[in-house]
Formats: sequence, C-alpha cells, structure tokens
Amino acid sequence: MDLTWSPAEEAFRADARAWLATNRAAWRAEHAGEPASGDTRDGFSQHLGWEQRLFADRWSVVSWPEDHGGRGASLWEWLIFEEEYYRAGAPPRVTQNGIFLLAPSIFEFGSPEQQAGILRRMAAAEDLWCQGWSEPNAGSDLASVTSKARRVDGGWVLDGQKTWTTRGAFCTHLFGLFRTDPDSARHRGLTYFLLPLDTPGVTVRGFGRLDGDEGFAEVFFDNAFLADDAVPGGVVLGQPEGGWAVAMATAGSERGLTLRSPGRFVVTAERLVALAMEHGDPTMRRRAATAWMHADAYQQQTLATVTKLASGAKPGAEASLTKLWWSELDVELHHLALDLLGPDAELEGPWSKAWQFSLSGPIYAGTNEIQRNIAAERVLGLPR
Amino acid sequence: MRFSLSDDQVAFRDAVRELLAKEATPALVRAAWDAPPGELDRKVWTSLDAMGVLGVLVPEADGGLGLDETFLVPILEEAGRVALPHPLVETAMVAAPLLGGTASMIASDLGGPLVPCAADADQLLLRWGHTLVLADRDVVELTPAPTVDRSRRAAYVTHDSVGEPLSEDPAVIALALDRGALGTAAMLVGLGQAMLDLTVGYVTQRQQFGVPIGSFQAVKHHLADAALALEFARPAVARASWSVARGAPTRARDVSMAKAMASDAAELVGRKALQCHGAIGYTVEADLHLYLKRTWALARAWGDTAHHTDRVADALGD
Repeated sequence: MDLTWSPAEEAFRADARAWLATNRAAWRAEHAGEPASGDTRDGFSQHLGWEQRLFADRWSVVSWPEDHGGRGASLWEWLIFEEEYYRAGAPPRVTQNGIFLLAPSIFEFGSPEQQAGILRRMAAAEDLWCQGWSEPNAGSDLASVTSKARRVDGGWVLDGQKTWTTRGAFCTHLFGLFRTDPDSARHRGLTYFLLPLDTPGVTVRGFGRLDGDEGFAEVFFDNAFLADDAVPGGVVLGQPEGGWAVAMATAGSERGLTLRSPGRFVVTAERLVALAMEHGDPTMRRRAATAWMHADAYQQQTLATVTKLASGAKPGAEASLTKLWWSELDVELHHLALDLLGPDAELEGPWSKAWQFSLSGPIYAGTNEIQRNIAAERVLGLPR
Repeated sequence: MRFSLSDDQVAFRDAVRELLAKEATPALVRAAWDAPPGELDRKVWTSLDAMGVLGVLVPEADGGLGLDETFLVPILEEAGRVALPHPLVETAMVAAPLLGGTASMIASDLGGPLVPCAADADQLLLRWGHTLVLADRDVVELTPAPTVDRSRRAAYVTHDSVGEPLSEDPAVIALALDRGALGTAAMLVGLGQAMLDLTVGYVTQRQQFGVPIGSFQAVKHHLADAALALEFARPAVARASWSVARGAPTRARDVSMAKAMASDAAELVGRKALQCHGAIGYTVEADLHLYLKRTWALARAWGDTAHHTDRVADALGD
C-alpha cells in the first residue's frame, strides 16, 4: 500500500485547482454571477461557454490522448481532476453523457475514422451527444427495445421512439440501440447507431423532470433516412447486430466510476458536516459524520478499484455495487441537507434541487433493483 | 498511490488462511464454548506463534517480524473469518508493540469491562486509572461473565495494585485503543465475509417451490445489500491500517471510521444471513450462530458505532 500522491500528481492537482478557480469565477461573472441550470434552454447555452473554456485549455477530457483534445492523464490524475472540479464548485458538465458514456465505447469499438471524426468535436462541445436507449416499453428490460432500423441503399431507415433522453432537446446527436434484425429477440439483432438529431424524420420533444427543468426528452423516428456518411466514419458503432455488447460496455462506464466519481459526494459531505456543526444538534452532527464516512468510503473503494484497473483489470460486475453505493449515498446526503434546513427545505434552491436530482440516482443507469440482481448473480454467483 | 496489498502481504495472509482453515474449524469454536475457564485449547495459538503472527508488530531485533499494521490487519480479517476465540487482537495488535515481545497470551480490559479469555491468558494488560499495567493472572480476581457468545470466555477483572506500570503516557494509551479498535474492525469484516459465504452456500443449495431459494429476487436483494456493506467497509479498514502504520495525523478519525463501518456492515450481514437461512439459522445446531454472536459482541467492544461516529465528528469539526 502507498496512499500518497507523487510530486507530479500534486503538481497536476495544483494546476487544475488554479485553473478551475480562475475560470469558474470568470465564467460566472459572464452570467452576472448566477448562471441558469444547465438543464434549461438558456442555462444549457451558458454551460456550453464553460465547456469551451475547458476544451481551450485541455481540461475537458483530461484522460483522453492529446490527439483527441485531452492531455493523456492517468486514471489517478483523472480522479484528482474530478476531486478538484467539485471542490472548486465548478458547473455540472452538460457534455457528460457523450464524454463519459459514449466516448469509452468509441475508444473501444470505433473505427479510426469514427474516433478522429467524433471525439475531438465531442470534447470541444461542438457535437453534443445524448443517449437513446430506453423506450416507453423498454426500461429496466432494455433488451426488449422495438425501435428498428432497416437497411436501404446508402443508409438506414429508422422507426420508433426513445425516451428519458437527458438534455435531448438541447443536443445535436444521439447514440442509441435499434433492432436491425426484425426476426430477432432480446439482445440479439440490435445495432448501435450514431446519428445527428437533425436527420429528417427525427422529432425531439423536451419535457419537465421532477424538478421542472426541461432535462428530459422523447425522440420520435418516423421513416427517418440516416445516410451511411451522416457521421464521420459511419453511423454504426461496432458490428451490425452487435449493439448489445457495445451497450453493455457503455453501461459499465455509467455504473462504474466514470459517471459519478467520489469527488462530488465527498465535497457535498464536507459542506453538510460544516452545516451540521453550525446547526449544533448532536443528532445532526452524528448523521453528518456518518454521511461523510459513507462518502469517504466511496473514495477509498475507488482508489482500490483504480489500483486494479491501473494494473490491467477490466471493470466487472462490481460496478453494480458501486452504482448502488453512490446513488444511495446521494439520497442520504441530500435528505440530511433537507433536515438541516428544516422549514426552509421547501424553498426552491440549490439543496432542494439537488435533493430532487438525487432521487433519480437509484432509477437511472439501471434501477437499483436491477443492480441488486446483477450483484447477486454475477458477484455472489446466485442462480438466475 | 497503490491501494492494494503487496505480494508479500497476500502471501502471508493466504498462509494464515490455510492454517486457520485446517485448525480453526467450527468444531474448535464450539469447543471454546464449552471448555472450562483456563482450558482454552492452544494448538492453533501455538501454530500462529510459530508462523510469527503474534510478533508481526515486534521489531526483528526482539524476535518479531518487524512489520506493520498493513500486514497484521489482513490476518486479523482471517481470524474473524473463522471466529477465532483466542485473544489475537489483544495479544498481537495491542500488547505486542507495547511490550516489544510476545511470549505469552494476553487478555485486556482496554476493549471494555468484559475481558475475553481472561482466565486463559498468561497475563492481562489492564487500565489502572490513567496507567497501563501488565498483571500476571494470579494477582487479579476474575468473575466469569455469562456472555451470549460463550466462546468469548469473558470475565470481569478486579485488581488492586498490580506491579510495574507499563505507561502513563496518554498518547501511548490512545494508540493502544486505536490499535484494538482497528484490529476488531478487521475481525468484523472477516466475520461478515464468513456469514455472507455461508449464506450464499446455503441459499444455493436449499430448495423451495422446486428451485434454489437463492434464485428469488427477495433473497438476492438481501445478499446484495450484505455484499455492498462489506465492499465499502473493507477499504475503510485497509486505509486505517495504513494511517496507523504511518502515524498519520488522521489516525484517530480513520480508525473510528473503520470500526463504525465494519461494525455496521457485519451486523447488517448478520441480519441478512439469519433471515436467508430461515429457521435453521435460528438454532445452535447450524454454525451461523457462532459468527453472529461474535459479531454482536465485537460490534460493541472497543467502542460502539455511536462512540466512533462521534470521534469522526470531533475530528471533522476541528
């Protein structure tokens, strides 16, 4: 065991901290100190300005190779960056579903042309990617998707409907699963598509999430012709009919550490500890210490996970345990926040907004009931 | 940064695991339930001593292995896994570094007023006001206590003046208490793992409605919760072992976090394990109760969750 950071890693941390402090202040000043939520139309475009700042100084995708706009940072440095990011109070990443969910699959399954044509524009927030997986009748049971794609001369014709697409109304591109073998069942016969949302025949309708922001969208495909060259390097990611394997790689990223790194929870827990100390009630103090321990345990478990990944292991089914932990931790943290606020908890504000958002954690990225099934079957080996 | 055991640490732990699997069977724990005070079987203890386990924290010059807590903690987890009745935490983790040697078996009241293996030990490490003393067993008075886990073999210890003080330094006593809490946390993680493993085996084999009960979602979700608690308690314990070994400024906070999380995790696993065993778990014939009862005891020894959570709050509030 060695739980110390190297001088190079400490230097990386100092650079990140300094850049974030300066640029966060400058960006907020551009928006009169009060930028709108990134899940609203106005707020989204304000947040794109932040993404462009990140990209200009190569902080938007630190762990990617330099060719694609990153700085080739190690997983350790990525963790450090995330920690500093949340400690600085930097804005939510409106590009995250592309960067953290799609990009790992493009690196793993994409052709060189796809990688060259897609990744850098994604990092620069020129193309904004959203996820098209769930359908009205395919949620936890993702393999029952019925949206379909039919091969025609020079491209594909898409029909069907996707939903729960985060920030879909503000994005430019979608990655999603479509059934390309009409006679197939379940996870066979699915293909992973990459497509521009301005494809004729594609309609996007945004709608309000629990907190009222237009953060959700449903996407309709009505005889939509998707040309083979609509995306550089082609619109199919991985093999045709091999979409399930690509999707599961994305799901691993989503549940594991890339989507929700420990930094955000540790920082929230520290704020709650400070509030509980001010509050003075011994029960609140103890609850805050418990919540802090749970957040810090996530940090320690992540260090153990990254140690394994850094020595060549692949993320496994343990990602389901990780997803259970951070999502339930987030609810614990924000429920404590409400109790610390007392009567003021019903006011609209950052804590009440974050409380509502925390309640989505146990639902998205595969419900926690599904995660418990996966953990029991694939980590503990219980019979299906 | 490298958050994992070294090859040496893994090899040492695995060797101890192998030894304990052979010598510290449920039958040995059951024998410890019934043996009269002072007659705890010492075969496995002698084997552990021969492997150097009792002297992990003792300098090589004094006949120990000269290693640190990051080596001993994984071994104590193994001791928890077999519900070892012997006072290994008290002897190897707490007393050995204080005494600079470990020829004997040592019980202690530092973990609480009920002293495990008090009549079996050669000597007792006791708190005498603000002083630590080492007393021979024949100069103290022991009153056996009927504990739920009879393999605790606990007694109340009363004593008058008992020889030379070991230390009056509050920092030394604080470190001894932290070492005891850390070692107990490691035992609890091992106990939790043992109960989870037992239960996974049971629900895979036990059939109802024509299928293994482990195929039911309700059972799966109980055991996923158990696995979850252990998955996140274990790194907290590992980190605390590092903090103690390095004398980190966050030592007290990290040890208390480890003990609170390990106690909570093991108790949760125990509840899930009993529920998933059904009626057979609610007997003294199935082995589960050996681990379950030790868990209840250790979760409150060396400071309970409330005590340690308040210590974390104190550290965070500074």
